[in-house]
Amino acid sequence: MSLLVFLEHHEQALTPGSLGVLTRAAALDPDVAAVLVGGDDLVALAREAGRHGAATVFHATDVSASPLPGPRIDVLADLVRRIRSFDTILLSNSVLAGDIAAGLAARLDAGLNWDLVDLELRDGEPVGTQPMLQDSVVAEVGWRSSPRVALFRPGSFDAVPSATEREPAIESLTVEPTPHTLAARAISRTLHTDEGPSLDAADVIVAGGIGLGSAEGFDLAEQLAGMLGAAVAATRAAVYKGWYPASAQVGQTGKTVSPKLYVALGISGAVQHKVGMQNSKTIVAINKDPHAPIFEFSDLAVIGDVHTVVPELVELLRKHTG
Amino acid sequence: MRIAVCVKHVPTGTLRMRPEGGTLDRNGPGELNPTDKNAIEAALRLKESADAEVVVVTMGPAAATESLRTALGMGADRAVLVDDDAVAGSDFLATSRVLAAVLDRESPDLVLFGQQTTDGGGAVLWAAVAERLQLPFLSQATTLDLGDGLITVERETEVGNDSIEATLPAVVAVSDAINEPRYTSLKGMMAAKKKPLDTLTASDLGIAADAVGVAGSQTVVLGVGAPPARAGAATVEDDDGTAAQVIFDYLAERDLV
Ligand SMILES: Cc1cc2nc3c(=O)[nH]c(=O)nc-3n(C[C@H](O)[C@H](O)[C@H](O)COP(=O)(O)OP(=O)(O)OC[C@H]3O[C@@H](n4cnc5c(N)ncnc54)[C@H](O)[C@@H]3O)c2cc1C
Ligand SMILES: Nc1ncnc2c1ncn2[C@@H]1O[C@H](COP(=O)(O)O)[C@@H](O)[C@H]1O
Repeated sequence: MSLLVFLEHHEQALTPGSLGVLTRAAALDPDVAAVLVGGDDLVALAREAGRHGAATVFHATDVSASPLPGPRIDVLADLVRRIRSFDTILLSNSVLAGDIAAGLAARLDAGLNWDLVDLELRDGEPVGTQPMLQDSVVAEVGWRSSPRVALFRPGSFDAVPSATEREPAIESLTVEPTPHTLAARAISRTLHTDEGPSLDAADVIVAGGIGLGSAEGFDLAEQLAGMLGAAVAATRAAVYKGWYPASAQVGQTGKTVSPKLYVALGISGAVQHKVGMQNSKTIVAINKDPHAPIFEFSDLAVIGDVHTVVPELVELLRKHTG
Repeated sequence: MRIAVCVKHVPTGTLRMRPEGGTLDRNGPGELNPTDKNAIEAALRLKESADAEVVVVTMGPAAATESLRTALGMGADRAVLVDDDAVAGSDFLATSRVLAAVLDRESPDLVLFGQQTTDGGGAVLWAAVAERLQLPFLSQATTLDLGDGLITVERETEVGNDSIEATLPAVVAVSDAINEPRYTSLKGMMAAKKKPLDTLTASDLGIAADAVGVAGSQTVVLGVGAPPARAGAATVEDDDGTAAQVIFDYLAERDLV
């Protein structure tokens, strides 16, 4: 297999999901190559990719206000068609990477399997693991085409620097954009600003959903977070209601976190939320519905009302810390 | 101008696999994919300010007519259904080929998509369709603004909010945060019965039968199994008000307090 990994980066940092996919790819193909496209210092990022197993890193500059899929599809398609016949292109899913994966698949007439949580070789053929139907079943999926595109659920793999540190071969590319790529333009990007302790770094996260009932309900989440030294997260449904800032959203269209402890308050456990937090080491969920899907992936399932259980728990913790 | 909206008829309620495995059981009741209503709503709002025709497009079984009628009931002008045994079982790539062929015939100024299908969609189809049509595409739009030959959208991503624009014709996938879709009134549903609904086959679209359906798909499901259970999970019920203590002890045992 000849693997090519698309590396997403923002604000001078590779995303953990991309590095995780690269780590996995390097285990399957020691010659794995990676691609960087953007306005960051790409050589510094290429070295970081080298530390995670990339043998070759291709990079191309794109200085638009925010990264759009078009220039990245152009670069990847050009690499596969003209430079080396990579047979599998791997990406960690995000708003950007999903668009790239699908556009590239159409351009190359390559099969695309998404939401993969693993990839392995069976008799030399790649086989993906894909949870389906709200994660109630797990399928093994394959491709009939080569090249093929594999889009992974973020958090599927840990980013592990390789034991044998190597300097990757770094190659700069210039790719002529297609006319329809030029027809989409980024005007501006406003970065989310983190308020309170950063979710990415937090060991403990207390997350709130619609079950907290109101913006005031999030005071409960904050009190509990205060007692546990935790950062506060929210579901998208709670963010949309204006109960908590968008920077705190965890899930498919928010952050992917993997703290030691994730306490879910009044969260149903929709698959779009789950994908952002399922790799937490310990998950404790409080929900009044015994059939809430979140209980299927909780370590401690508490069937109860957040408005009674949480204040009592805060009280116990307060006594404990004195 | 013409606005095309791609929509899907999806199974209602809990999804099940067919006993023989590999494919979804689509024999039960179905409905218009919920987030596709946001795309229809967005099109109808644009129609209120610009002189536009709204065409809904779907690829699916005959039962998908119900969802098209719902869309027409909301206020779309016309519907196109691609219903053909040859397209059944199409994967994402084959589906994009069919939709691109329909859209090519319709030559709309703007194509709208919903955010994601509830029956296993990857929230990515628009990118493949746009790429086949060689049109620019923008996704996750939370606002839409039509200018002179231009569409500008605000969108949400994991890292921040973007403002982006594209030259028309363009493909835009909307976020479900963009609007609150209207309900279909009885009057709307009555009117929908009289609106044109065309049914096409792959050959009407000039697509070879082996380029779509199972034959034209590039992905395969090799097997389906049960997900691994989370080892050592425990459950408590707070009927006697002791749950807080159970949680506290649980956390304390694991050095988490
Ligand atoms: C493309 C796409 C992307 C998405 N991205 C994300 C994402 O990034 N992150 C995300 O979170 N969601 C995302 N969603 C939305 C997701 O599908 C769910 O709608 C959302 O996660 C639900 O949030 P919730 O659990 O807070 O609300 P609900 O689903 O309404 O659940 C509320 C829960 O609270 C419980 N409850 C109510 N009252 C109480 C009480 N007093 N005590 C205890 N429990 C109570 C209820 O039993 C229920 O289980 C996305 C959706 C789509 C289509
Ligand atoms: N069979 C279909 N026919 C028409 N449009 C579709 C079809 N499947 C998906 N779509 C559109 O593509 C969007 C994204 O779907 P998906 O990539 O399957 O999650 C949906 O919200 C619809 O707008």
